[in-house]
Amino acid sequence: MRLGLPVASLVVAGLLFGLFILAVGRDPLAVYALIWRGGFGSGFAWQNTLSRASPIILTALAVAIPARMGLIQIGGEGALALGGLAASLTGIAAGSGSPVATQALMLIASMAAGGAWIAAVGALKHYRGVNETISSLLLAYIAIALFNHLVEGPFKDPGSLNKPSTRPLDAAVMIGSIPGLDVHWGLAAGVVLCLLAGFVLKHTRYGFALDTIGANPRVALLAGLPVGPAIVAGCFAGGAAAGLAGGFEVAAVNGNANTSLIVGYGYTGILVAFVARHQPLAILPVALLFGGIGASSGLLQRRLDLPDATVLVLQGVAFLVILAADPVAEIVGNRLRRSAA
Amino acid sequence: MNELMRSRRRFLQLAGGSAAAGVLPGIPGRAAAQTSKLVVGVIYVGPKDDYGYNQAQAQAAAKIKKLPGVSVVEEERVPETVEVQKTMASMIEQDGASLLFPTSFGYFDPHMLRMAEKYPKVRFAHCGAMWTEGKHPKNTGSYFGYIDECQYLNGIAAGFASKSKKIGFIAAKPIPQVLRNINAFTLGAQSVDPKITTQLIFTGDWALPVKEAEACNAMIDQGVDVITMHVDSPKVIVENCERRGIYVCGYHANQSALAPKGYLTGAEWNWITPYTIHVKAAMSGAPMSNFLRGGLKEGFVTTSPYGKAVSEGARKKADGAKAAMMKGDYVLFKGPLDDNAGKTVIAAGTGYKQTDLVLEQMNYLVAGVIGKI
Amino acid sequence: MTDLGLWGIPIAMLGGALRVSVPFLFVSLGECITERSGRINLGLEGVLVFGAMAGYAMSYKTGNAWLGIVAAALAGTALGLLHGLLCSLRRVNDIAIGIALMLFGLGLAFFFGKPYVQPKAPMLPDIALGGWSPWPAVRAALDVSPLLLIGIVAGFALNYAFRSTRWGLHVRVVGDSADAARALGLHVNRIRIFATAIGGGFAGVGGSFLSLAYPGSWNEALSSGQGLMAIALVIFARWRPLACLGAAFLFGGAGAIGPSLQAAGISSGYYLFNAAPYVLTLGLLIATSSPRRKLAGAPGELGRQT
Repeated sequence: MRLGLPVASLVVAGLLFGLFILAVGRDPLAVYALIWRGGFGSGFAWQNTLSRASPIILTALAVAIPARMGLIQIGGEGALALGGLAASLTGIAAGSGSPVATQALMLIASMAAGGAWIAAVGALKHYRGVNETISSLLLAYIAIALFNHLVEGPFKDPGSLNKPSTRPLDAAVMIGSIPGLDVHWGLAAGVVLCLLAGFVLKHTRYGFALDTIGANPRVALLAGLPVGPAIVAGCFAGGAAAGLAGGFEVAAVNGNANTSLIVGYGYTGILVAFVARHQPLAILPVALLFGGIGASSGLLQRRLDLPDATVLVLQGVAFLVILAADPVAEIVGNRLRRSAA
Repeated sequence: MNELMRSRRRFLQLAGGSAAAGVLPGIPGRAAAQTSKLVVGVIYVGPKDDYGYNQAQAQAAAKIKKLPGVSVVEEERVPETVEVQKTMASMIEQDGASLLFPTSFGYFDPHMLRMAEKYPKVRFAHCGAMWTEGKHPKNTGSYFGYIDECQYLNGIAAGFASKSKKIGFIAAKPIPQVLRNINAFTLGAQSVDPKITTQLIFTGDWALPVKEAEACNAMIDQGVDVITMHVDSPKVIVENCERRGIYVCGYHANQSALAPKGYLTGAEWNWITPYTIHVKAAMSGAPMSNFLRGGLKEGFVTTSPYGKAVSEGARKKADGAKAAMMKGDYVLFKGPLDDNAGKTVIAAGTGYKQTDLVLEQMNYLVAGVIGKI
Repeated sequence: MTDLGLWGIPIAMLGGALRVSVPFLFVSLGECITERSGRINLGLEGVLVFGAMAGYAMSYKTGNAWLGIVAAALAGTALGLLHGLLCSLRRVNDIAIGIALMLFGLGLAFFFGKPYVQPKAPMLPDIALGGWSPWPAVRAALDVSPLLLIGIVAGFALNYAFRSTRWGLHVRVVGDSADAARALGLHVNRIRIFATAIGGGFAGVGGSFLSLAYPGSWNEALSSGQGLMAIALVIFARWRPLACLGAAFLFGGAGAIGPSLQAAGISSGYYLFNAAPYVLTLGLLIATSSPRRKLAGAPGELGRQT
């Protein structure tokens, strides 16, 4: 992927945002400086950025993998919640097994739950013709309602009076931080899965099959590819990534499942995937970028008295500009070429 | 030559600073703490100006800011995820905060506890949790107020004002703090007329304006003519009650400006009291108060001034009850007390003082409340 | 109170449906226009909230709630225009732009809306359709907002427009087949941009209902996903404006059911209740879709990446 264009579009987005800051009577340079400091300017800032990036790497994969097959599913938020719940319940049920085994079981359970949920989206699309964007959105809402009902009802920890949650996991089975960093292993999992997905999509015939299905399903069918099972499998893989994000939130951060899981990681992941043009390797830097912008919101609030919404505006502008960048560059390039010819 | 050295030294002072302060030269805005000032960090889960829970905390923070030797940094809309850990850490490392007020319940476990272990010299004062000796570190503490006393007084005002003898309570979730408020409101009204019933509706979450407005209308359609609530931002309910012409009792903060005709009185937090206790202890180096609880007497909560619609009789009765509470050792929840399913939850002859921890695990609705947990 | 007994429940639900359905109504009609032209705008949640804020702010500044509604419509149209323009570029995916727009709209609304949380802006007055009734409950239920009536008229007008006017036909052709439209000499992009902008305007008005009529207040938690829900609603209604009216009413009623039932003494399981409209829509989609034919009534160009 050419590097020049994304960098240029970031610069444009930054300039537009700077104009916005000027328009509301503030100093854009101060804002830029704080965004840099808050996101990338020190070891502490990097830890902050990395820990924010880690769930959205996974939820971006949840969108990117099905997108390669031509399915735009946006239900990662729901898959994450159900994955987290599954991890929590598995951890409780596993009781006093060996910690490593329990951790593995929890993560597998979270992937299974998330994967199954999004696999349903793929199945509905292929076998029933239901538009996957709408069905994944509806299923996300349904998943969250189900999650709330179960967490506050049958699976509620009777001790969690003031914030209904599932029973807390034993401290011994909680997943810790990557040595040397203040970030949990979910980051490593995300990076590994991106590398794996990138490899599979580019260098194996499975990846080629997925891309073919995405480019032209009819040709894929004629070529004898098992389109239906492939779509379901690809959606399962994406959902598993989102579920894994939920699993890590429970097993490495919260220790139990409650509404702190439902904070919008899924939706940010959608945008990261699109900006990365659904390339797993590109997801990594994009997630870092948006993690960094989010990480700076604290400094913006505390030092400049800017509302938390400032970061939302920046992210919105950045996404809009970057998404429009390729086509705009093409138009500009064509015009230039035409006038030169 | 001297000039150059002096300006370079100044530049180094500004740019280097202390590691904790770290302000780049040329950045406008609040400078980080000079070593003599106490830096207090306050973290809100929602917007500071929500006319409700967060605003009550922000009002205390604003008062603290005016104390000499204190500077305050605030961050709002911080979710109850690992982000709040980062927020706390950055307030400590970048702003030099040594006393933090994470104001939302969900910040406590695991986020605040983890940070407390990491920064043992920083004090963490949480709102609402149950700090337990031996279980939680010494540099943490929890404060909360017995606002149910004020809901009891709300109930008295409601009991007098209600003509249909049906009052209403709109609540977010059935957690003990909320149930305690519902029960206190009902008991207060029943002390005026034992036949009064409280209609209860749960909206399901702390901030759902459409559901809250619907709950309001649904109750009013059923004949309720006084409503109170326990949601994050009572603004919507108060305004809707005023629009439909019924009475309303406020909560969290003073909403009388929104309902000049219908506002009876309100249950308000007075967080400046525990805030001041913690700030004073931090400044003098005294050990931290780990478990702070108080009601009207201790100044942790307060009531809004009476509205126009509160009758003489209501004021007298409510003031009388308030005076009894101010004397201390008041027993609001005493037997014989039945829940609304007919079971006896407090035996005759037993009474629980406000400080009794049993009350912080309440899981029933008293008789007269129409609704289920 | 003159007791209606058990009749109180359906009447309360009727009142609730009449109130809660209005934002759904406007957003779904707007999205209907957009989707009939072949685009999908997922950013309407952001447009709705931004419209709510703009309407509230204008009403507060000028003292006139109707000016607020106009401001909201303009704000929504501006955002819709942005979506339309950006999506006209080749290879730009309208789903991604929609979600980015949602973030942008929400960000702008919260950023500029901070000073308006505390003050009280003048509200849109209701029309007392139930003045004839001796029962207060019926009167309250039939206290409707003029926006509801405007919305219903708009629904019928849109239906007529799609069926019998040139403009409506153009939009439908552009949405069904861009090639056919071009063959007819229509400016495909221009029509789509126009349709998306109008759709945004409708959504802005829907948002202003939330802040200027019901619940009638501005704060950051105002919308609970109505913008996104309305998109499901349009599909449920098969892109037919009259069906959008009915579906908005149904979804609104479902949203009002929870509190009404609790007030009547039936509680528990409220999360599942709240999910009922989504389950219903999904069920309907599954039942009526088919992998062979495209969804009956779906604009042919919808979902195709230009």
